[in-house]
Amino acid sequence: MRLSDRAVAWALIVPSLAAVGVFVYGFIGWTAWVSLTNWAGLRPQLAWVGVANYLSLFQTARFQIDLRNTVVFTILLVAACMTLGLGLAILLDRGVRGEGVFRTLYLFPLAISFIVTGVAWRWLLAPGDPATGRLTGINVLLARVGLPPLRWYTDPTILHIHPDSAVGRLLDQIGLGGLASPLWGIPVAMLSVVIAATWQMSGFVMALYLAALRSVPDELREAARIDGASEWAVYRFVLLPSIRPVTLSALIVLGHISLKIFDLVAAMSKRGPGFATDVPAYFMFEATFHGDQYALGASIAIVMLVAVSLLTVPYLVSGARREVQP
Amino acid sequence: MAAGALGRALVYLPLLAAAAFYALPVYLLLITGLKSYAEAGLDRMWHLPSTVSLDSFRQAYRQLQPHVLNSVALTVPASVISSFVGSLNGFVLAKGRLRGSDLIFPLLLFGMFIPYQSILIPLVRTLQRVNALAEAVGVPPGLSGLVPGYGSIAGLAFVHIVYGIPITTLIFRNYYATIPDELVDAARVDGAGLLGIYGRVLLPLSLPAFAVVLIWQFTSIWNEFLFAVVLTQKPAVRPVTVALYNLAGSYIVEWNVQMAGALLAALPTLLVYILLGRYFLRGLLAGALRG
Repeated sequence: MRLSDRAVAWALIVPSLAAVGVFVYGFIGWTAWVSLTNWAGLRPQLAWVGVANYLSLFQTARFQIDLRNTVVFTILLVAACMTLGLGLAILLDRGVRGEGVFRTLYLFPLAISFIVTGVAWRWLLAPGDPATGRLTGINVLLARVGLPPLRWYTDPTILHIHPDSAVGRLLDQIGLGGLASPLWGIPVAMLSVVIAATWQMSGFVMALYLAALRSVPDELREAARIDGASEWAVYRFVLLPSIRPVTLSALIVLGHISLKIFDLVAAMSKRGPGFATDVPAYFMFEATFHGDQYALGASIAIVMLVAVSLLTVPYLVSGARREVQP
Repeated sequence: MAAGALGRALVYLPLLAAAAFYALPVYLLLITGLKSYAEAGLDRMWHLPSTVSLDSFRQAYRQLQPHVLNSVALTVPASVISSFVGSLNGFVLAKGRLRGSDLIFPLLLFGMFIPYQSILIPLVRTLQRVNALAEAVGVPPGLSGLVPGYGSIAGLAFVHIVYGIPITTLIFRNYYATIPDELVDAARVDGAGLLGIYGRVLLPLSLPAFAVVLIWQFTSIWNEFLFAVVLTQKPAVRPVTVALYNLAGSYIVEWNVQMAGALLAALPTLLVYILLGRYFLRGLLAGALRG
């Protein structure tokens, strides 16, 4: 390769490398540094406090609830999207009439912003007016089939193991009594956010799985069928192995989105009753841009970054290794 | 053929139920938006409107129109510029034979996954400094809209271009990797330099990748909220997502207007999806199925 070509190549890519170097890596370093100071208020205060912000953050009730909420949200969203997405992909893959219409319907929420989704579902899942007893949204439909109304994202209930229950006492005996507390429970209000997020994201999993299923050559399926394999065996031994890498991709994408979720909760339920739908991203936003608690906001941001990195860096590194292989 | 009918029902019933789930909010948005305020009472909220009224849409349009224009002014240039940046980067990484590409690529991709909260505070400070700098230099008032600083559409567009580098580079690099090296070598033998190879060989073949990246960036930037809400404090420069968020957050706005507003804010990306869904999907899958 001629030297000038190499110089041109570097000249083309250096601006982007510099931009990412400064705006991603440099700014992450800057944020990490802010998180080690006591900067609160509009003007930067540069007193170094070490990891004090992190220590107090993890002892803050709101942040503990936020971490719980993120875990609950992530597990439920991933489970719902994977089940629904895989199920719909398998059904569509069987060759149905009107497949294009179904696919279009399942996928269109992906083209919409979380803000629109949040506004629409906030109205759909609005509990109604408790003063007059008038119902709204889905609750009207529930009433029509004789079901009681739900409080949806305004429900302060936390489903958890009670310390006085049999399970709670058992946990206490083996030294895990701490698990029998609301801190380890499922906030009912979060289920509404999960429904809205599933509405938006499950089509993505469906599209991934459908693309993977379609990439299996028909000859392979036919060969298995001719060999006398049952439909179940065709799935078990021909189709499912081919979609395993897709499962990993879907988990990474859903996982990193749900760890960062912000717009949807902001538009739909905000913090919810007793922080029942609060998430670290919303806490960070409020602390930094409404409360001028920059050091606190930076610490939350770095915790979020670490959580997302734990999920994505192994994937990126293994991907890089895969790509260098001949 | 009872078993066949049962089998078909087992396939179609869940598909139809799912279709109803996905269509439900749109049905409600549409029928609510088409009702007049008088008819939009709670008792009939799931009923079709008795007479179609466009008043709600008109009112929502009146309130959101400046913000829709802001979103256009933001999204179109940012998508076009970030597509070209991604195209050049992807070309260099796929065909530039740079030592270090294997290291550069994952380092770039990491920027795609970070929570933007982790760069937000420095970003605000830096863009504010750009404003201060522009003031110190004395940018003429006619050009101040072009200063990519804090609180301006140009600043927001700049941010989207920078943080779009990972995804646009990824899609172009993977696309250019599918183009045979022989083509590049042939051009090289003919005496073409790197820029010539890009301009005469790769760029003319890039249309499908440009379609994917343009649509992907258009949709992402149009729908973006976090940067928009943090970086645009003045109402006049707010994009449509922030305006809708504020519209829905104020108690005085009737919900038939909110629903109409939500539909209006979603319309451009929905149209892109309906007209160019194939490319939209390819961008979506490209982000997830690397390599």
